[in-house]
Amino acid sequence: MSAVAAPAPAARVERWTRLSGGFTVLLAGLVVLLAFGPVLWSENALNNLIQLYFLVVLAVMWNALAGYGGLVSVGQQAFIGIGAYAVVFLSLQHSLEPYLAMLLATLIGAAVSIPVAAVVLWLRGGAFAIGTWVVAEAFAILVSLDPNPAIGGGTGTSALIPFNTRYTPEQRLHYTYWASLGTAAVLLAILFVLLRSRLGASLQAIRDDEGAAASVGVRVLLGKGVLFVLAGAGCAAAGALILAWQLSIQPLGPDSVFGVNWSAKMIFMVLVGGLGTFEGPIIGAIVLYLLQTYVSSSGVWYFVMLGAVAIGFALLLPRGIWGTLQERFNVQLLPVGYRLRGRA
Amino acid sequence: MDEGVKLLEAAGVRKRFGALVVLDGVDFAVGAGEGVGIVGPNGAGKTTLLNVLAGTYRPDGGRVLFRGEDVTSRAAARRCRLGIGRAHQVPRPFGGMTVFENVLVGAGAGGRRRGREKYRQAIDVLELCALGDLANRRAESLGLLHRKRLELARALATDPEVLLLDEIAGGLTEGEAAELVVTVGELRRRGIAIVWIEHIVHVLVQAIERLVCMDGGRVIADGDPDEVMRDATVVDAYLGSAAVR
Ligand SMILES: Nc1ncnc2c1ncn2[C@@H]1O[C@H](COP(=O)(O)OP(=O)(O)O)[C@@H](O)[C@H]1O
Ligand SMILES: [Mg+2]
Repeated sequence: MSAVAAPAPAARVERWTRLSGGFTVLLAGLVVLLAFGPVLWSENALNNLIQLYFLVVLAVMWNALAGYGGLVSVGQQAFIGIGAYAVVFLSLQHSLEPYLAMLLATLIGAAVSIPVAAVVLWLRGGAFAIGTWVVAEAFAILVSLDPNPAIGGGTGTSALIPFNTRYTPEQRLHYTYWASLGTAAVLLAILFVLLRSRLGASLQAIRDDEGAAASVGVRVLLGKGVLFVLAGAGCAAAGALILAWQLSIQPLGPDSVFGVNWSAKMIFMVLVGGLGTFEGPIIGAIVLYLLQTYVSSSGVWYFVMLGAVAIGFALLLPRGIWGTLQERFNVQLLPVGYRLRGRA
Repeated sequence: MDEGVKLLEAAGVRKRFGALVVLDGVDFAVGAGEGVGIVGPNGAGKTTLLNVLAGTYRPDGGRVLFRGEDVTSRAAARRCRLGIGRAHQVPRPFGGMTVFENVLVGAGAGGRRRGREKYRQAIDVLELCALGDLANRRAESLGLLHRKRLELARALATDPEVLLLDEIAGGLTEGEAAELVVTVGELRRRGIAIVWIEHIVHVLVQAIERLVCMDGGRVIADGDPDEVMRDATVVDAYLGSAAVR
């Protein structure tokens, strides 16, 4: 070790590698290609892809919270439900154009997440998880007790009228397809920009060791707050998409829009794909999508299967598919990191 | 020490964990650019004092002052941004990030540098701590020596006025410890004040000019290293702890 700093004239910092740059372009190209889905593929295929897209949104948002903020939430369904109900409220009660209502619902999700964050972010670990769940249940009960006929109380409601008075079923399918693809692409882009920004390195530091991050000056609470609001908006957007896709919703029960099954799915996707990696949740969403499309998609056996696969991963591949690959090959397909090049 | 030049100061600090009194009215100060060593048997409260100085723990009594300003209620991150850097006894790298990225976090969040200047700071710190060749390695794959160096490098990247080092030579060989002494010497030349906890006194005295000995949550000696090591209470504390071991 030398006491005098050796000059490193050729050292430079690289953010894009050929591999990651190529992959990013490929991914952007894929989104453009997928945008032609409605003219290329069957109604059935579009329906399947819509599901895949909102699963991607949910996985990416849950990973943003747990993977980067260390915030293991089991209450993100609160925002799915809020997003879905906000669309009904705005489009049925206030006759707003439903896709505009979906956009507003996303912003409402972000707005609601701010006071929620002010409460739950002070909780740690298990208390945070339980706190978020309590918040989700509280919202579900509030909605179920709402006497407003548009909301429908415990029996639920439907956005059939606002959608069907404006659009044919085919139009609704196509627009919902584009909305889902666009939401997934935009949220991924936002997270990508966020992780590449100055805050991004801090978020990864929080992910790895919150206390150590604080000791080098990282504003931990601010970082977590940004993630929580982003996840609130993203999950509300997913809820709005789920509403546009299935039209009728209920507030209560594990399968409802406020249901805890959503958390089970989000956790599954992120653990299988790779917690705390950018790419992992996308892979996890594809795995879940394949399982529910080709193996089973309902009933007890579905969740038994999810549980078995998740336990298998926890035992054999604790870093998930992408985390394992990344560890073995030290690759990064989406360039959110920094590489130092050109040292002698 | 002269009243006017105190940089970081603990005044009458008390800290309890349940019924266990760990800091029992500690007065400690370091001046700008000064090098102070802290020794004392295991469990004396050295790490706890550092935690109170760095803002990881709130003391139950007493105050912490930085440049004369009361920072007792300031959080650790804020104190780091003010200029108090800290290296943990057990290294706490950001395992999923590379060595270079670890240091960048320090330079960006703690040192509040941007862009090119941030990179230059990080590269400089890596070279100084002999980590340049490992810049792109994931931190979790490092061995103890390099983890210890990274812990120091990351704290250094935050641009501290005072650096709190907790047994950064612990578990290293004599040769490796000697290299750390050279590095710390360079930091001193740059005007950074050092508070260094270490058991290996003969290593420590090469890098500091004042020694503090703690025992049972109190400062039992403070002054010239040779005098402190000859002090009867210090000898007693060490023999006592040696007898227990
Ligand atoms: N977070 C904590 N909770 C409970 N006891 C603690 C905690 N931190 C330290 N202690 C206790 O305080 C005493 C002093 O610890 P420490 O400051 O680490 O000593 P040193 O660094 O001098 O070896 C020890 O008895 C230790 O067990
Ligand atoms: Mg200690």
